[in-house]
Formats: sequence, structure tokens, C-alpha cells
Amino acid sequence: MGDIVAFLSDFTIRNVLLGAALLGISSGVLGSFAVLRQQSLLGDTLSHAALPGVCLAFMVTGSRQLFSTMLGALIAGSLAALIISVLTWRSRLKQDAAQGIVLSSFFALGIVLLTAISKQNNASQAGLKHFLFGQAAAILPEDVMLMTLLTALALLIVYIFWRAFKLISFDRAFAASLGLPLNSLEMLLSGLIALAIVIGLQLVGVVLMAAMIIAPASAARQWVRRLEPMILLASLFGMLSGILGALLSSLGKGLATGPLIVLVASFFVLISLMFAPERGILWARLKQLQEQRNLREKQVLYDLYQLSLNHDDPSYPSELGMLRSYYGFNVKNALKGLLAKDWVRPEKHMPEEGLHYVLSERGYQEAKRFADSFADGFMVDERLV
Amino acid sequence: MAMLNQILNNPDVVIVLVGALVSVASSLLGCFLILRKASMLSDAISHAILLGIVLTFLLTQNQNTPLFVLGAALTGLLTVILTESLAQSGRVKYDAAIGIVYPFFFALAVLLINLFARNVHLDTDAVLLGEIGFSWLDTTSLGALEVPTSLLKMSFVTLLNLAFILLFYKELKLSTFDRALSAALGFSPFILHYALLSLLSLTSVVAFDAVGAVLLVAFVIIPPSAAYLMTDSLWRMLVIAGVVGVGSSLLGYLSALALDVSIGGMMALWTAFFLALAFLFSPRYGLISRYYQGLREKERNAKRMLLVHLFNHENDPESHQENAVSALKHHLRWDKAHIRNLIMQGLDEGLIHKNPNDQLFLTPKGRLLAQEVLAPWEYSAKL
Repeated sequence: MGDIVAFLSDFTIRNVLLGAALLGISSGVLGSFAVLRQQSLLGDTLSHAALPGVCLAFMVTGSRQLFSTMLGALIAGSLAALIISVLTWRSRLKQDAAQGIVLSSFFALGIVLLTAISKQNNASQAGLKHFLFGQAAAILPEDVMLMTLLTALALLIVYIFWRAFKLISFDRAFAASLGLPLNSLEMLLSGLIALAIVIGLQLVGVVLMAAMIIAPASAARQWVRRLEPMILLASLFGMLSGILGALLSSLGKGLATGPLIVLVASFFVLISLMFAPERGILWARLKQLQEQRNLREKQVLYDLYQLSLNHDDPSYPSELGMLRSYYGFNVKNALKGLLAKDWVRPEKHMPEEGLHYVLSERGYQEAKRFADSFADGFMVDERLV
Repeated sequence: MAMLNQILNNPDVVIVLVGALVSVASSLLGCFLILRKASMLSDAISHAILLGIVLTFLLTQNQNTPLFVLGAALTGLLTVILTESLAQSGRVKYDAAIGIVYPFFFALAVLLINLFARNVHLDTDAVLLGEIGFSWLDTTSLGALEVPTSLLKMSFVTLLNLAFILLFYKELKLSTFDRALSAALGFSPFILHYALLSLLSLTSVVAFDAVGAVLLVAFVIIPPSAAYLMTDSLWRMLVIAGVVGVGSSLLGYLSALALDVSIGGMMALWTAFFLALAFLFSPRYGLISRYYQGLREKERNAKRMLLVHLFNHENDPESHQENAVSALKHHLRWDKAHIRNLIMQGLDEGLIHKNPNDQLFLTPKGRLLAQEVLAPWEYSAKL
């Protein structure tokens, strides 16, 4: 216990945890809008596009101060968003191509600048590469301050434009009919996504920041339908990913923080995809199995009923082997279900023959009700007529 | 033979050739990707194959095994399959599915490198940046020839891609432009799609050493996009994309030498430069020519409006007032210079004539044109 307290009061660790939490909040909130507007890959593009901004900031100021780095990245990201818009509005290129073009050309510029910087043989340039994959340990108290301010700024803007953002995310056409300035609002949202990316730069790095925009929001979407809880949950997932990832990376020497944070976030996505109520793959699969079993039981029940009708005998005994060869699938489970519901009962018809099944009184009524429900004749089973 | 050997072992030549082959091989596939609106899949594949490379390395502990190609190509394919089945499950949209799957693979790969492969050549910088500058170092003997290995591999991949596109050109074209018809005719769009993406994975892994993950995206997407702005024909698009790629490799290498910066980065930047040129100056789809098209269209409409105005008032008792030059300013709300310009044009083209009192009259040709504007189903001016 004392260890944990000492660990948590460690200066660096505290900064890292705070930073990670801020990162999670900002990317969770803005990522939710990006995911809902099917602009997820904008996050991908803008995060790669931040690299030349990072490099230019270093070239201009000669230092790795987070403020100038963030400013450079923000400018590069916003410029990238602007170019994507110009390319899609003013040419026949589609969204995906425009994103790919901007992503790769900005990154190429970043790499060119990175090599140019490394030729200058400056001692602090080595740290510049940490912006590719993030480095939690390098985070300073003033960095945390800066991240707090930027997160607050982003949240404030979202708060002010809440209704407009919500509307353009869910019903763009309606928003347009109300006369909202769609293009400006969309540019503002893109700018905010660039801001969220900038906030995560130090911890996650430019290459993987895209995942932090997309993963927490996608995970949250599985659990809830409404925007407000989605944003809260996305922030929570983002925060937890940031904190857990940063903690894990502090355990081993030389572990880049970005990949670990992204892996934790991916884990949340996996859990959500599997287990979220209603939408979870597991529940869907269980429900499917359940329905399959119900359908088979109904089918067997109905056929037993038709057999008894055709033989004018409400308790006509059908032999297990006959039923088996008739269906071609394992009829035993279906019969077990019917037995459990007390809709059929087993009967030993003749000593030398196998087990037979007979409709019970309740089963007969149930089957009759079922048959009557489509008695208009459009579902007559021709095998039995 | 000796001369050929000399050429093939000249670093400058090899680097430019490898760059050219990377860009040709990628842009051949890229043309179809951007037409299918799936270009971001190349981003996903080129990042995700890193996991295949790392896993192959960890399993074989060998840096020079051909299994790399297999492992990486399989990972690329797995990325696409996972992404598409995630999107088809309806739980996340296609764009989010891309952005969930590949960062996961990539993060896993970087972590594995951090943990187990720190001291080998697989460092994370090389992964992102590539080192085309060293592509001439490693050679393979081919009879009497010493051929740089990367050149050999890239030539093979380029030929493979070229062969695929030539063999299945018709099918690819059909399934790209009309998926439903292609399926109805029995060419499975599904198989072609996956064949295309398998080749993309293969190309990515072979080109990986040379240009790294992200720059590869530039070669896949940018030259075809530039070509797309230049032409409407698929085969011309393929050719233009190839030319842009080769040109960018050459210029990229020269400028990288001059500036002493990343070769791959400069090559990618040149492709972006060509794209910008196409965006601005393309004869049909460029920004500038579209601007002038808009102006011309406006002019044409103004002229038609003038003719229709004159025609409508031709037999009016007021026509001497309506059709006076001085009246147009009020009636059509045009400024003086514009009106003078239009009248000059109309006179030049023989559509109108003017009497000394500055009144305008339609010529038979002008009248026919006005009638065509008003009732195109009855008149044809054939101008």
C-alpha cells in the first residue's frame, strides 16, 4: 500500500496520469463527433499531418517546448483540414483520396524536415522523434498546465456550439434547412479535432493519435444510443486507456507510450463489441442460437401436429428414428426442449421398436394455435399434405 | 555485360530505378483504389503489414527470409478482412473500422519491436521512413550480373501488378465502374477486390524497406489522383499516373541530393507537386480552366438573354424604346461595359445589327437562335 502511495505521489507519474486523463477527455468528446459524422479518418489524416508542424516549430524556436510544438502541430493540422476541404469542393477528387493525399504529402514533408533537422546535429533533436510514438516520461508540469488549458478551451467551444454540432452530426440536411453555416461549423469541428490531436501529441505521438480519436468513441457507441452518454463514456474510455497505457509504459524501460495506450483503447473496443448489451456480438450470437432452437422446436411440434391430423389421431406416436431421418438435423435437442415444456411426452409404442413421441394435450393446443396463426394457407407445409 | 553491371551498381541509377518501380507498381493499383473510393485501405495495409514483418522476424529470428513477404501479405489481407467484416457487422461504420483495425495492428507491432527487437535493424524509424538510399547495397547474382536485390524484387512486383492489370483489365474496369453489372455477368467483384488488395499488400511489403509505411501511401494515392484530374479514360489514367511516379522519383532524388534530406520524402513531395499542378491547370478539371469555363458559360447565357429580350419586344409597339441600347441597362440590369461588350460580340457574330439611332434589331440568324432558346424542340440554330 505504501508503495502505491509513493508511486502515485511520484512527480512524473502524477503528471503522466493527469496528462493521460486530459488526453482521454478531449479525444473522447471530439472523437464522438468525428465517428458519428463518419469522419473518423479525418483524425487519422490530421494526426499524420501534424508532423511537419512539429518539425517546423522546432526549426523556428530551436527547442522542444510543448507550447511551440503544439502551436505548430495545430497550424499544420488546420491547414491539412482546409486543404482536404478545398480538394473535395473544388475538384472531382473524393473524400478518401483527398485524405490520403493530404496525409501522405504532409507526412512526407515532415520526414524531409526531420532529416533536415537531424543534419544540423542539434543535441535536442533526438527527442523530436518521440513525437512519432509518444513519450510519457518526458511530460512536464507546465505541459500538463497547457494540456488542461487546451482541453478546457476545446470543451468550452463544444459547449457553446453544442446544439449546432449535435444537429450536423445527426441530421445534416435538417441543419442545412435551418440555415446553419454548415461549412464553417464543419471546419470548426475539424479544427477542434486537430486540437484534440495536439493535446495527445506528447503522450501518444502523431502516428497513433488517430486511434485515440476513433477507438474510445466507437467503443462508447456500442453501449448507448444518445449523444450525451456516448460522449461521457467515450471520455471515460479515453481516460482509462490513457492512464492504463501510461502506467504500463512506465513499468518497462524504453516502451513507447503511444502503442500501449492504443492497445488498451483497442481492448475497450473489443470488449464493447463483444459484450455491450443489445449490440454486443456475444448477445447477438446467443439470441441467434435461441431463435434457432425455438424455430426447430416449433417445426417439430408443427410436424407432429400435422402427422396426428393426417392420421386422425391426436396422440399419434411418431418414432424418433423416423423424425431424425426426416429432418436431417439432430432432432433430439428440439425434442428435449419440447419435453421440458411438457408439449410432448415419450411413449413406448411397441416393444421391438424405438422410442416414440406423442403430443401432450397442451402441446396439441399450442400446435393448433400455431397452425391456426397461418391457417390462411400461405404457409402450408407441402411435404405433409 | 560489364557495362550493364556498372549501370546496375551505380547507386544513383539504382535509387532512381527503385523509386520509379515503387511508384509505378503502387500507382497501377492505386488507380483502381481511388476509383473504388477505397484509397484509405492503402494507409491501413501499409501500416498493418509491420505486424506481419515483426511476427515473422520473431518466429524465424532471421532478417533475410522470404517468409517476410508471406507474413506481411497475409497480415495485410487480414487487416482488410477484419475491417470489412467489422463494417459489415453494422456495429461501426467503414471509416471507423479502418481506424480501429490498423492502429491496433500497428501499435502491437511497435510494442513488439520495443520489447523484443530493439537491437536489430527493425527499428521504428526505418519502418516509417524507409531507406531507399541504401537500396543498392545488397546485391544478388544473376548469372554474370550483380543485381541489387531491392531492384530485382521491385521489378518482379511491378511486372506482377502489370500482368494482373493487363490480364484482368476488362473485369477490373467493369467491377470498378459497375459493381452490380459485373456481379450479374459472373465476374466476382469480391474476388477481384481481394486480389487487388493482396497485390497491394505484396507491393507494400516489398516497397516497405525502400520508402516506409506512410510514404508508400503517397505513391499509391497521389499519382493516380493527379491522373484522375487529367483524364476520363482509365488507361490514360494508368499511364499518366506511371509517368508522374517516374518523374517524381527522378526529381525527388535530385532534389534530395541537393538539399541533403530524405530521398523518399522528397519523391513523395514531388508527387504532391504534380497533383497541385493538375489541380490548378488540368485542361478539363483544373481550378483555372473551370473558372474560365464558368465565365464563358456566363457570357454565353448573357448573349442568349440579350437575343431573347430583343426577340420578345421585336413586334411590340414599344420596341423602339425597349430595344434601344440605353434601355438595356435598366431592363437587363447590366452595367454599361458589359452591354457594350455583348453588343460588339453580337455584331461580330452577325446576330444583331444596330441603326444610327442606337436601336438594336435581330438578324435572321439572331432570331433563329432566340427562337431556339425559347422553343428548342421546334428550332435548331446549329451554330
